[in-house]
Amino acid sequence: MILRWLRPSDNVRRELEAAVIALLVTVAIGSVLMLIVGKSPGHVWSQMLFHTFTEPYWFGYLLYRATALALTGLAVAIALDAGMFNIGAEGQLTAGVLACAVIGTSIPAGTPAILAIPLCLVGAALAGGAVGAAIGYLRVARDAHEVITSIMLNAIVAGVALYIGNIALFQGGTTTGAQIAPGAQLPQLGLAGSSASLAIVISVLAVAGVWWLRARTTWGMAWLAVGRDPAAARSVGINVGRVRVLAMAGSGALAGLAAANFVLGHKHAFEEGLGRGTGLLGISVALLGRTHPAGVAVAALLLGFFSAGGLSVAQEVPKELIEMLQGVVVLAVACAGPWVRRRPTPMEAAP
Amino acid sequence: MIASLLSLAFLAQVVRIAVPYALAAMGGSITERAGVVDLALEAKLLFGAFTAAAFAHATGSAFAGVVGGMFAGVLVTGVQLFCALRLRADQVIVGIALNVIALGGTRFLLQLVYHEGANSPPVPGFGHAVLANPLVWLAFVAAVAVPIAIKRTRWGLRLRAAGDRPDALVAVGVSPHRARIAAALVGGALTGAGGAQLTLAVGGFVADMSGGRGYIALAMVILAGWRPLVAALACAGIAFAEAFNIQLQVSAIGIPHELAQLAPYVLTLLVLGIAGGKHGKPPQSLGKL
Repeated sequence: MILRWLRPSDNVRRELEAAVIALLVTVAIGSVLMLIVGKSPGHVWSQMLFHTFTEPYWFGYLLYRATALALTGLAVAIALDAGMFNIGAEGQLTAGVLACAVIGTSIPAGTPAILAIPLCLVGAALAGGAVGAAIGYLRVARDAHEVITSIMLNAIVAGVALYIGNIALFQGGTTTGAQIAPGAQLPQLGLAGSSASLAIVISVLAVAGVWWLRARTTWGMAWLAVGRDPAAARSVGINVGRVRVLAMAGSGALAGLAAANFVLGHKHAFEEGLGRGTGLLGISVALLGRTHPAGVAVAALLLGFFSAGGLSVAQEVPKELIEMLQGVVVLAVACAGPWVRRRPTPMEAAP
Repeated sequence: MIASLLSLAFLAQVVRIAVPYALAAMGGSITERAGVVDLALEAKLLFGAFTAAAFAHATGSAFAGVVGGMFAGVLVTGVQLFCALRLRADQVIVGIALNVIALGGTRFLLQLVYHEGANSPPVPGFGHAVLANPLVWLAFVAAVAVPIAIKRTRWGLRLRAAGDRPDALVAVGVSPHRARIAAALVGGALTGAGGAQLTLAVGGFVADMSGGRGYIALAMVILAGWRPLVAALACAGIAFAEAFNIQLQVSAIGIPHELAQLAPYVLTLLVLGIAGGKHGKPPQSLGKL
């Protein structure tokens, strides 16, 4: 066992090699851009690392971003595992945000946390899960391409949320709703007033849970089998359609749960556009992490670092530069993977 | 109400809104029929829109803006193809990554070139007369010419072969990659021109102004079963609904506009839910090399 860890298989080594190459390429491209804006790359990179890893506020911001990204990343990852491309995490997250806020504001103000928080979480998961399941159902029963239905549902959910906000939630002329009950608010981690909250526990549990399902249960086996080869899965008696709908429901539920980070942990209210972009970046996280839960967690932390580090040096380089690098790193990993895999292994290269 | 819908002004509005959708859908149809997944439509629109603003602002000519938009579309397509064909990266990931890069990248360029956070300086456009706008003509010509070119020209035959049976192309001594590149660059130019329309129609670039139109255009391509003429009509439908909604807001008859503007998306879902998705086959080698 220990030997296996010390001498990783060729596959693992190649994945790591690809990740290192991709990071180097990203740093190189970022450095060139920094030179273009007239800053010393060495200085900016070291400042980014220094701020994020020595100052509690920026480290908290990293965790805050990573918490949500890990959930939307897992959401996209489990759908991909089952052979579905869930481009709709954005809409499922918004559904979760809406459900969280509506439940949080409509329960009595004195509701204890032990009741209020689970209620909000279940609501968010159900709302996101329903949107996800609808996409899965349309694919399985009506053969409707999930990319179209996801894109349509993203637009529809955003519009409906805005409508409900306008007629029922927004406070007099603002685009912010009322505060949720105090019992539903997740405690902050106390990192120098940063927005990191106990929502991180949900993310950690989700990563561990998906890991366990994938590695140790027949459910996980079934959904991986469906993703890899639906025909073969069918021939061994797996109900491919049901697995896909369930995977999409689970995917939507995970994306919906990311709402906890924004509503219960940070803003404590519904806000127009709250969490926007997190669903889309979740696709990057899932792909960057190669859909494995551990990879997803690392990818979420990495993109969280770019967000926090980028903001912490916003005085020196425009924060848009770092936002752009979040895309560059994904592109670099996508390109480095096949490039590394095509090179012969030492065994193959040996005469 | 009915009269205002039939007015020429309304029709002009529909056309104006339809141009970016239709050009992106034509670009997407070409690229996907050649076998390359084109999720990067959004990036091409957004970079096209920014570059159009930069060119038009620097030269004072809206025509230069169109050239700039097409140039940016070709450039983004070049990066996309280099990653997807030469480096064999997953085409879906490449598209998503380019969209993320476009979102941050256009804001970065805005900051770098104009020291602005959200808007470019005003640029000249083609004015409000729809028929004086060359991009409108380009969209009409593309909607007619692209289906014919795909069906009847050697370029089209090769791109279809590259999308469906690349091995057949190899057998007659044509490189599938060359055919894909020849197709996708044209598609990129058309999509970039669609981005130029976004900028030139409002007289300047606004951060994130593509607002998901690239995704909607791709959805229309798929909904149309990869048939470009049908995709163009679907885009016209989307534009009609958007213009109708603007009209509703103006004439205020009581339907909440947040919901009214969802009509095309709900309709698309209903069509798929009732009729099902078995209406067109994707190119057989889409996304595979």
